[in-house]
Amino acid sequence: MYNFNYKKASSRDDAVAAQSSADDGSYLAGGMTLIPTLKQRLAQPSDLIDLADVGDLAGISDDGGAITIGAMTTHATVAESEVVTSKIPALAALAGHIGDPQVRNRGTIGGSIANNDPAADYPAGCVGLNATIITNKRELPAEDFFTDLFETALEEGELVTAVSFPIPDKAAYAKFPNPASRYAIVGVMVAQTGGETRAAVTGASQSGVFRAADIEAALGSGLDAAAAKEVKVSADNLNADIHASAEYRAHLISIMASRAAAAAG
Amino acid sequence: MTDTGIGASVRRVEDKRFLTGRGNYTDDIDQHGQAYAWMLRSPHAHARLNNVDTAAAASAPGVIAIFTGADMAADEVGGLPCGWQIHNKDGSPMNEPAHPPLAVDKVRHVGDQVAVVIAETKAQARDAAELIAVDYDVLPAAIDMNAALAGASAVHDDVPDNMCFDWEIGDKDATETAFSGAAHVISIDVVNNRLIPNAMEPRAAIAHHDSSTGHYTLHTTTQNPHVIRLLMGAFVLQIPEHKLRIVSHDVGGGFGSKISHYAEEAILTWASAKVTQPIKWVAERSESFMTDAHGRDHETHAELAMDADGNFTGLRVATKANIGAYLSTFGSSVPTYLYATLMAGVYTTPAIYCEVKTVFTNTVPVDAYRGAGRPECTYLLERLVNKAARETGIDPVEIRRKNMIQADQFPYQTPVALQYDVGDYPTAFNTALQAADYEGFAQRRAESESNGKQRGIGISTYIEACGIAPSAVAGALGARAGLYESAQVRVHPTGSVTVYTGTHSHGQGHETTFAQLVSESFGIPADQVEVSHGDTGEVQFGMGTYGSRSLAVGGPAILKACNKVIDKAKKIAAHILEASEADIEFTDGVFRVSGTDREMAFGEVSLAAYVPHNYPIEEIEPGLDENAFYDPLNFSFPAGCHICEVEVDPDTGVIDIANFTAVDDVGRVVNPMIVEGQVHGGVAQGIGQALLEGCVYDDAGQLLTGSYMDYTMPRADDLPNLNVGTQSVMGASNPLEVKGVGEVGAIGSPPAVINAILDALAPLGVDDISMPATPSKVWQAIQNA
Ligand SMILES: Cc1cc2nc3c(=O)[nH]c(=O)nc-3n(C[C@H](O)[C@H](O)[C@H](O)COP(=O)(O)OP(=O)(O)OC[C@H]3O[C@@H](n4cnc5c(N)ncnc54)[C@H](O)[C@@H]3O)c2cc1C
Repeated sequence: MYNFNYKKASSRDDAVAAQSSADDGSYLAGGMTLIPTLKQRLAQPSDLIDLADVGDLAGISDDGGAITIGAMTTHATVAESEVVTSKIPALAALAGHIGDPQVRNRGTIGGSIANNDPAADYPAGCVGLNATIITNKRELPAEDFFTDLFETALEEGELVTAVSFPIPDKAAYAKFPNPASRYAIVGVMVAQTGGETRAAVTGASQSGVFRAADIEAALGSGLDAAAAKEVKVSADNLNADIHASAEYRAHLISIMASRAAAAAG
Repeated sequence: MTDTGIGASVRRVEDKRFLTGRGNYTDDIDQHGQAYAWMLRSPHAHARLNNVDTAAAASAPGVIAIFTGADMAADEVGGLPCGWQIHNKDGSPMNEPAHPPLAVDKVRHVGDQVAVVIAETKAQARDAAELIAVDYDVLPAAIDMNAALAGASAVHDDVPDNMCFDWEIGDKDATETAFSGAAHVISIDVVNNRLIPNAMEPRAAIAHHDSSTGHYTLHTTTQNPHVIRLLMGAFVLQIPEHKLRIVSHDVGGGFGSKISHYAEEAILTWASAKVTQPIKWVAERSESFMTDAHGRDHETHAELAMDADGNFTGLRVATKANIGAYLSTFGSSVPTYLYATLMAGVYTTPAIYCEVKTVFTNTVPVDAYRGAGRPECTYLLERLVNKAARETGIDPVEIRRKNMIQADQFPYQTPVALQYDVGDYPTAFNTALQAADYEGFAQRRAESESNGKQRGIGISTYIEACGIAPSAVAGALGARAGLYESAQVRVHPTGSVTVYTGTHSHGQGHETTFAQLVSESFGIPADQVEVSHGDTGEVQFGMGTYGSRSLAVGGPAILKACNKVIDKAKKIAAHILEASEADIEFTDGVFRVSGTDREMAFGEVSLAAYVPHNYPIEEIEPGLDENAFYDPLNFSFPAGCHICEVEVDPDTGVIDIANFTAVDDVGRVVNPMIVEGQVHGGVAQGIGQALLEGCVYDDAGQLLTGSYMDYTMPRADDLPNLNVGTQSVMGASNPLEVKGVGEVGAIGSPPAVINAILDALAPLGVDDISMPATPSKVWQAIQNA
């Protein structure tokens, strides 16, 4: 780790102000991604602005038609939340299978989506469930938020404050974990919300989370699991690494989509 | 009478310390005025090292000193030695290129040490290291063994074709004859995947030099402190034993990776005399991945000759073994005497020939890793035997039964040097088949198939040689050290005991098991016995722990010392009880004049030895403290059968281990709970090798599996419940009748897993899969079939 200035922000405004006055500031949420990066000296921010004390960034609220989750809410809180487990069990299950207990008790939804790791689970959850990302400046549909590998629509200093999930009619998430890291090699959120069927895929693509149009077409309004399994997804533009070839990922997209559809019922 | 003797599942006394965070590991030790070292390591796999400019770094905050290879060379520091000399087929000795602790002309693997920065804090040392300007001429890397042998790039300028040695064992002519008359020849190519050991505790060291006495003390994470003292003192730094103390108390796992004498130990010890402060170094986890000796990494082509009845008549094996960039301490013995000498397995194959080419590559050195040579051999044999069964249509159980050495054939002389002392393989095999409900498999397979899954069962009947010893044999084969063990049994005045052993415990539970030996011998409770190890300043001598040798070689040394104590104590008791020594019997901790009620408890005799008022002083000395060395006449030969049953999801390639059964013959069992634990741990590592773990370097020699994000360590939920048991024939090579249990799990299990997968996938046309059999590989194999 290189030296940095540490600031514990007391409010959203305080955090944003500290960030804008720093040379090269970085928000610190759960630190599950940022701290290892610092320890390996792969990043050298001038300032860390810790969001831990910004109380109104954490928490889950039930707004009737949607559930809003504060940016600093941990994966463990989402996984165990009564509201989430009863209204969007697919999301609670997704959060409950991120990393390990330590990671789930530190890592946050805001940190996860701001980081937009191409193998992270939340991006598929957000896009599949048609969530809205709320920042200190604006509200964006998830599809417009995740732009590329580790890239989001966030502007310099923009703070994610919450994510709002409309309550789906049906949804399930199926994840094929990387055996080493347990991030997703392929993760598919299949959801039906207000009559629209979505299949959002993480882990597979060279440009991050995406909606699989051919899978969505096969699933149709009845979430036809068997039809999804038959879709031959193209391996073009999919990731290939020591863990999985592009062809294997393409194949797993159909399998995981089909399993998610079956689980969503 | 004590209930903590041999055979009791005494709870591990060391666990309270470990589980409550009170272990005393090297990094827990801090010394007054301690400075910190950071190793500047090569980012390149292969490069000429031109200039190392330390000027800017030397004036960075907190920096005390910076040293490079040139500084060590100027002091005539020696290279890191190899402990075992192997000879080529033509009788010439192996190539032993120099291994300077800090690189001199070239760097030869990613992570090779280029400079050491010593500073007030670790962060300062690391900051300063970034200011060192190194001028590298990057060279093409030799990574693939075949390319390296074809002369891809010379890892060492003085080693042609990167060949460390080209070695052979067995009778080539007899083997050729067997093949020319064979009814069937089965051939196979297998890769034994390279593994990264990953002990929980990273390597660490603290060196201290006292300039007033000339004493050096090195705390280090080693499995064999006396060996480090010998190698580093005599070959690298020229420090005599009486001026060099090596301490390694608690060590958090070794698995072989902490046998080697590592460069950092020599660098720190040498530098400690330059800076007059103690120096600490603790590896980061990334450094462990990059610089701990790796394991396995063989490519083998083998053929089995059979007669028309399915009897094995000959075995021909050609192996290429990756030795990495340098010869590590035991790197040369692993793919030779610990590997090819086991090629008979549990079978009566009469003619065997094996050749091994060992290859330098621009990767970290390869050395012993749990099993060291025997897992590679077992994997090859058991894959080959299964392939023979499949190709000849003989049932895999039948083919093994037919070719197995029978219980009445011992001692059994194999065609590859070893003589098996004792065993009963068919009985262990049958026990395992029953425990695994082999008969019921067909029904379970049908159930799986009705759920859309493929089910398979795989067998591995293995043997291994452990209790690494007979010094005379090892010496004749090129070992540069003796491999006996020593013990000191010190009875204190009131009858409690401290045992000093030259073996080393880094998780195995010796503090419990060895106390049980003394408990049994003296008839005192095990909690009256403390076991001390790991400090050359306390323990007289020893060869450390590896090759499942501690109980088999170190145990008898303790027993011998105990017997010496008893002999002396009888003299004392005889004197005090006014009887002749021949009339003194010792049972259950009491010395008694036979046939009378005149007796003395063990503690009364020990007290008399230290308060010798009424004492046979003309005949014997006061005190009760005995030393013994023990050198066995043969290895010990654990054997057994592992049976694995898997269910494969053909949609994803995911493998679920449905059942795993291990029946091992480990000789006498001193502590059944510890034995079971050792088998569990070993099997976890074996399943790890079979399904999860694989070290990958890219063509440029960058380590792609350099963290847990990419290297799959087995986790609890990767493993099934294990059905383990022992079926033992008492060992014949040592007086304790023990054989060794530390490695059997890792040796027996991998082929059982792979054979099970191949059995499951055979109906789909898959006939080969390599380790680790990841879901992606399994799926691909199904697609390719
Ligand atoms: C061992 C391990 C396993 C993991 N497994 C998984 C897995 O299976 N699936 C998965 O999805 N993830 C996994 N993760 C990642 C984990 O979910 C992290 O929590 C997440 O990636 C980052 O969240 P964080 O709260 O820790 O953010 P931090 O690490 O604190 O921050 C990450 C980045 O986001 C920025 N940031 C944080 N909060 C905000 C905000 N409110 N507004 C704007 N920017 C912000 C930070 O500046 C930083 O750049 C794993 C992590 C580890 C260490």
